[in-house]
Amino acid sequence: MAKRIDVTDLDVFYGSFKAVEGVTFSVEPRSVTALIGPSGCGKSTVLRTLNRMHEVIPGAYAEGTVLLDGEDIYGADIDPVNVRRTIGMVFQRPNPFPTMSIKENVLAGLKLDGKKRPKSELEGIVEKSLRGANLWEEVKDRLDRPGAGLSGGQQQRLCIARAIAVEPQVLLMDEPCSALDPISTLAIEDLIEELKERFTIVIVTHNMQQAARVSETTAFFNLAGVGKPGKLVEIASTEMMFSNPTQQATEDYISGRFG
Amino acid sequence: MADLTRREHDESEALLHEALAGGHLPRWSALGVAAASVAVAFLLNLTTGVDGVAGTAVVAMLVFLVGQTAWSFVVEGRRHAIDRLATTFVYATFVIAVVPLIAVLGTVVVKGAEVISVEFLTTSMRYATPTSEGGGIYHALIGTLEQVGIAALFGVPLGILTAIYLVEYAPSMRTRRLAHSISFFVDVMTGVPSVVVGLFVYTAFVLTLGLERSGIAASIALTILMLPVVVRSTEEMLRIVPRELREASYALGIPKWRTILKIVLPTAMSGIITGAMLAIARVAGETAPLLLTTFISQSINTNPFKGPQAALPTFIWDQFTNGTDVSVNRAWGAALVLIVLVMVLYATAKLISRFTGVKSS
Amino acid sequence: MSTTLEPPGAAAPATGTPDIRGAAVRRGDRVFVGLSRGAGILILVTMAAIAVFLIWKSIPSLQANTANFFTTSEWSPDAKPVVFGIAALLFGTLMTALIAMLLAVPVGIGIALFIAHYASRRLASTLGFVTDLLAAVPSIIFGMWGIQFLTPQLQGFLQWLTTYFGWIPIFQNDLGIYTRSILIAGIVLAIMVLPTISAISREVFVQTPRTHIEAALALGATRWEMVRMAIFPFARPGMISASMLGLGRALGETIAVALLLSATYEINWHITEPGGITFAANIALKWNEAGTIGLSALVASGLVLFVITLAVNMGARLIIARRSEFSGAN
Repeated sequence: MAKRIDVTDLDVFYGSFKAVEGVTFSVEPRSVTALIGPSGCGKSTVLRTLNRMHEVIPGAYAEGTVLLDGEDIYGADIDPVNVRRTIGMVFQRPNPFPTMSIKENVLAGLKLDGKKRPKSELEGIVEKSLRGANLWEEVKDRLDRPGAGLSGGQQQRLCIARAIAVEPQVLLMDEPCSALDPISTLAIEDLIEELKERFTIVIVTHNMQQAARVSETTAFFNLAGVGKPGKLVEIASTEMMFSNPTQQATEDYISGRFG
Repeated sequence: MADLTRREHDESEALLHEALAGGHLPRWSALGVAAASVAVAFLLNLTTGVDGVAGTAVVAMLVFLVGQTAWSFVVEGRRHAIDRLATTFVYATFVIAVVPLIAVLGTVVVKGAEVISVEFLTTSMRYATPTSEGGGIYHALIGTLEQVGIAALFGVPLGILTAIYLVEYAPSMRTRRLAHSISFFVDVMTGVPSVVVGLFVYTAFVLTLGLERSGIAASIALTILMLPVVVRSTEEMLRIVPRELREASYALGIPKWRTILKIVLPTAMSGIITGAMLAIARVAGETAPLLLTTFISQSINTNPFKGPQAALPTFIWDQFTNGTDVSVNRAWGAALVLIVLVMVLYATAKLISRFTGVKSS
Repeated sequence: MSTTLEPPGAAAPATGTPDIRGAAVRRGDRVFVGLSRGAGILILVTMAAIAVFLIWKSIPSLQANTANFFTTSEWSPDAKPVVFGIAALLFGTLMTALIAMLLAVPVGIGIALFIAHYASRRLASTLGFVTDLLAAVPSIIFGMWGIQFLTPQLQGFLQWLTTYFGWIPIFQNDLGIYTRSILIAGIVLAIMVLPTISAISREVFVQTPRTHIEAALALGATRWEMVRMAIFPFARPGMISASMLGLGRALGETIAVALLLSATYEINWHITEPGGITFAANIALKWNEAGTIGLSALVASGLVLFVITLAVNMGARLIIARRSEFSGAN
């Protein structure tokens, strides 16, 4: 189920502006890797290049290689639509489709391939995905109610259920808790702990405590200067990063001196 | 044992590749299919009953749709084929929007330019007949300027006042019922057909109040047509004036009505002018209400309150329905003048809104 | 605006209660409120007056009519006996509008999609300008263009349609003449209502939250699947009301149709044959030759048109209004 990711010499551009430069790192399967850094340092941009979501922004393109278990996701015969199906994504703000019910939301990605599936199988997937997102007990009696009626934290877990319903290999999370209250945040963090048994997870977070709590590996991104591209400063095990970083900038950032 | 895991690994790699990969049409596919479809359409043009530029173009488009979809279906699969079909349709609508505009403007310019001359612009139809050359639109031009001018004189202030009520006063009222119904009926009024407005002005002002069928009756109809457009655009402009500006003025102890006159309106002025000009452009080409509320005159009448008065749209109607070549040509000449008038108003309005004033989001 | 820091002089006169100090302030505001409210009320009065006068002035002809107003096709209100009815008018109006809608709704929505989500920004603003210009062309010019440019262009296509699809009754053409038909009028109407439909649809399309679009794409949707998954559900009420506003315009369009149709008072399903008449076109064409009862009869038909367009427009507005209540949640 879970795959490793190898990023080599990644540059990302928005038109003529170089947003990220020379990023190289690897993500181990069945682990949580946190990308941290000050605003605008390109960590979300890097995350989006991992499933080619940056391509939906007009003028954005990436150079370098991103390998998923050795397979170049930017290869000539690779379909970005399939890449996104294999590498799921959860966004900053919970974004369930407002006109769909909870059940329809979970099945939204699955319905795309147009295959006919028996009702029992679909119900099984709904339950499995919602259980996987720790949401089943809360919503099992109102699966046909609109997803927008849930609380923010529940909506975010619904989005996670929607992402894992298509059985992706990797789950990308772009600040998944930044719009949530502390209790919902805790629920999501617990969920991440469980999800990493099955998926490779890369999470962007603003919250250093969160990175420390949920991740095995932490990557610190920083800007070389105003108007300059973002860079990967260092990547190491989370324990190392928070106790004994090798770079001064990392230490300054995690000790709260800037950012 | 090692062999087994090795094989498993290879298998999973192959599966992964399958999951990620997808067929691609070559980059030149769209152009290639397009060229092929045009060729096929020409062939059909030569061999079968499909004729005319329009017919050939339609056939080419259909062949393109079918060809590209089929190719994509085979190489890329059903989902991408549907996506390409939809994309082609969306791009085709672009062509469908542009072609009529070019055709309309082209026809008007080509046919109108033959007729336009100094004489055409400066004489009336007093001494011209449906079959004789000569004559012009001077009387109609005067009529249009007067009728539209008077309509603007009423319609613009009334519209701005209504918008001020809706935006500035109504929100602080105890009940908003009145404002809500005004707002609703302004919207509904936008949709009242112009011919119905003409009927209303005729029945109310001409039949009941004894007003003559004249320029002023036409102006009343145009005012009614203009009003909701001015209200809506002004409303929009007033709403984007920042609240801080108003509050700064209140904090200086300036009463509300002076704040509106001295702060809010000037800030929104360019937008309001833009909206008013668009409304004027819209009604300047209205024909139906004028047909109902005026009598068409062939000579100059500068008095909108008395007697028949021509206007550009009714001039066009009159000349075009005469049906003779000379008359129809005159109609096209007048159409060119009318369209230039409308487009100039329109373009100026757009330029004003682009280069000045409060930026809307 | 109603929330904070309303100065006493501003809020109080507006509520209409006479309990504030400062006579000078009050007078200015009272005059201004009076004027602006008066202008607003004038709009309501106008709308009411339109209804009242149309009803009142249509009574004489309706009383004199010896035929059924709704089922008669003939239009001879000034004859003896008085015979007129709106059956043919209703048929022509609905048929031309229906054709216009069938063509303009998909194309208009396509244009809106193109501008909002497919084209580059530069191309999008150009096309936005183009559709706005299309809206600015006076309708009489569309009518002339329809007769002198479009009709000849369509001859080949219409003949082809009859040859190969003549077995479908509506495309049957027994006359061999392909001008001044309901179909051509419908096509011209479609072009005329295109800007209305595309402008309003475009407005709601661009409001689709970016997060919904990205959610769909991140699930592995193609662009079209994204449109169906994220944009259409969000924009559906807007698309419906855009279409209805376009319909309202098509129903009430006068001069272009008056020029294009050959004004025959019968119900002819063969839409490529000359014939047909609409409410609005009939009023314009018969106005100057109508006698007292004739005018009244035209007013009566105008009343029916008014009621129909009113219903369509109010429906559209109610749908928009309901939608804006919903989108408050987003």
